[in-house]
Amino acid sequence: MQDAFRNKWPLLLLTGFILIALTSACGPASTCITAGGSTTVQPLAEKWAEKFEAKSTDVDVIVQGGGSSAAVKGVAQGIFDIGTASRELKSSETSQWPDLVTYHVALDAIAIVVHPSNTTANLSLKELRDIFATGSNATWTVLNREEGSGTRDNFEEKVMGNTEVSLNSEFLPAAGAIKQKVANTTSAISYISLGYVDASVKALTIDGTACTKDNCRNGSYPISRYLNFITKGEPGGLVKTFIDFCLSSEGQKLVEEEGYISVK
Amino acid sequence: MMKLSPKLTQRIAWVSIWATGIIAILTLIFIVGYTFIKGFPAINLEFLFTDPKGGVSGEGGIFSCIVATMWLIVITMAILIPLGIGAAIYLSEYAPDNRLTRLISYSLELLAGVPSIVFGLFGFAIFVLALHFNYSIIAGALTLVCLLLPFLIRTAEEAMRAVPQSQREAALALGTTKWQTTANVVLPAAIPGITTGIILCVGRAVAESACLYVTMGGSAAMPTSFLSGGRALAVHIFYLAMETTALDKALATGAILIALILIINLSTVWLSQRFYAKMQGIR
Amino acid sequence: MSRYFIDRASRYVVFIFGVLALLILAAIAIFILKDSLPAFREIGISDIIFGTKWYPSHGAFGILTMLAGSVLVTLLALLMAVPLALGCAIFLAEVAPPRIRQLTRPAVELLVGIPSVVYGLVGMIVLCPLIANLSGTGSGSSVLVAAIVLAIMILPTVTSISEDSMRAIPNQYREGALALGATRWQTIHHVILPAARNGIMASIVLGTGRAIGETMAVIMVIGNSPIFPTNIFAPARTLTGNIAVEIMSATGIHQSALFATGVVLFILIMLINSLALIAYRKKT
Repeated sequence: MQDAFRNKWPLLLLTGFILIALTSACGPASTCITAGGSTTVQPLAEKWAEKFEAKSTDVDVIVQGGGSSAAVKGVAQGIFDIGTASRELKSSETSQWPDLVTYHVALDAIAIVVHPSNTTANLSLKELRDIFATGSNATWTVLNREEGSGTRDNFEEKVMGNTEVSLNSEFLPAAGAIKQKVANTTSAISYISLGYVDASVKALTIDGTACTKDNCRNGSYPISRYLNFITKGEPGGLVKTFIDFCLSSEGQKLVEEEGYISVK
Repeated sequence: MMKLSPKLTQRIAWVSIWATGIIAILTLIFIVGYTFIKGFPAINLEFLFTDPKGGVSGEGGIFSCIVATMWLIVITMAILIPLGIGAAIYLSEYAPDNRLTRLISYSLELLAGVPSIVFGLFGFAIFVLALHFNYSIIAGALTLVCLLLPFLIRTAEEAMRAVPQSQREAALALGTTKWQTTANVVLPAAIPGITTGIILCVGRAVAESACLYVTMGGSAAMPTSFLSGGRALAVHIFYLAMETTALDKALATGAILIALILIINLSTVWLSQRFYAKMQGIR
Repeated sequence: MSRYFIDRASRYVVFIFGVLALLILAAIAIFILKDSLPAFREIGISDIIFGTKWYPSHGAFGILTMLAGSVLVTLLALLMAVPLALGCAIFLAEVAPPRIRQLTRPAVELLVGIPSVVYGLVGMIVLCPLIANLSGTGSGSSVLVAAIVLAIMILPTVTSISEDSMRAIPNQYREGALALGATRWQTIHHVILPAARNGIMASIVLGTGRAIGETMAVIMVIGNSPIFPTNIFAPARTLTGNIAVEIMSATGIHQSALFATGVVLFILIMLINSLALIAYRKKT
């Protein structure tokens, strides 16, 4: 065995590389916040985290996805310090975990998006409901978010009402996945947050109302919701500082920059 | 249906076999070739040494994923190797031929067929939730240990069984205890096979995605400790593909993974050649 | 410490290691069963396994559509992969000139280790748009693409193991057949293949296990629609996909139902392995 490693250099190089890689992950920060949940809120939360880490010393804010229901579950089970959710708490959740606290950190509209080449520009709420209740057919490829998505919960509540979404549609696990699919499929239709909309997709007007920040602010756009931070009990220490930062004017300015609407 | 002459069936068969052989090989070359050709332009020093920045355009590189994968492999192997070799020593040298031993062997075979997502479920329930490790590298590592243990035990056990009984008897005849025989005669003789098994485990761990997707979380930030979440390289490919438009970066990460696995597999060949040469007395 | 003491102690230590493997399997089985029991108790085994609607937020937890999806995708993948893999194995073992074999054999072995997400990625980028154009509608995520991706994924496995078992057959068999005047193909067809049957069956069972258990690559290309796949150009969902897509956000009965999906998956794979074992025992 000793003879096999007589030529030391490959082994030394490999060890050296491993050591560099391991030590470049710096030691644990004096404090660390884990935020997770909605993929809609994720880009916003990541920008907040970046700004917050830059202002403070030795602080880590970790952001991840998983969906709004994962946020509530994660916070309740202690996996996350902050659950980022794109919907309000459900009654089943408040009764199961009565100590959850919600903070509205931004306002957001749910845009109905299609491929840019699609000739449809406007849909009534009823037409929208019918499309999603029927599912994919020759005209439309319907895309839905997965079960735990806050965006989907809001969509079902405000557009579908008691009608079920047809299972004859594709289900994707994240907001970015929906946007990517819609941008690549000419007959696609789906729903994503206003903050995600850019030139690669086209947002429809609903009953004549365009999906813009102003229409969301004044309430004329029918599908809008708050983006929330959820904590277990009243937050303290670093978590409170972070939430205060997000709700400050500096934090809210970031909201507008990212394409969402500030709560101030 | 007319009876075809043997000569004719021979011709047809040979053409079909050549055709399937070429089709199969071309398909596999296409997959690897496509990944490398489309992915290679995205690989540069910046790609390798910056963290992923998120966003739908998928900016950034894969540095934090490389680091997370390395920590994952190191921790997994640190736990897996002693466990695997220990269990293999028991099964090969000490286990009596009774029902318990048969049960253990049967369980190992059963475990080998379980899909990795089921291991992921198990890891999620135990390591993430019950043991409160949360989404972390340690949770992913422990899950990988469960996944790879059957394979390593089987490989190590075979390597030890392959050592001729005469070696053990010679050692015992010299008055050594059973443990001295095992540690000083059997184990060193089985090292080539065991090392190959370990390296193949590393290869499998690097290629694994399903059980890590549900135990390590999806955070692309640089992990700061064993309890941090992270993204293994294979899982990062999944996130890039599903959530961003940076498909070239996904292909680039895939190319890096394939190259890594190529190096790992080639090293087993190289190592076994060196061991063989040493055995023959050439080196 | 005397060496006799170490020897006595080592027996116990090593025994513990040995039993550890057994304990891990027991732990996996116990925890997954335990977490699936609430769903089985509240919803009922038959409603879960034979239910045709999966809509957790409305209380529907039927996984029959996903069972069908998994089975269909795997069967299609086997249909495509096995003939190709066998042909390639025969090619490499019996037909190919030595130089070609020297080049391609290591390549095939390497491909066994490629991460499955890479197959899914290439399938997503290349095959989905192709199928979208072919079928005229949809985004291309379909049973067909998933089956093709799985087929390519299990191709190296089935090929290399089948080839190994064919190569293991002693040359006397071949020489005997040729001496009797058989053509090369007749030798392969009537002598080699039957003799290598066990190894080939094992490789197919292994490939089937990989195909049914594959998660990430399938999620990327199958559309994840919990409906019965009525045609291969339509999206569907597999048991593995069901677990992976929803496990992080599921709570309560929903989470328990996902563990129940895991149990069903586990039993399905055990059934397949047992069937293969029975077939093996019957023939020997």
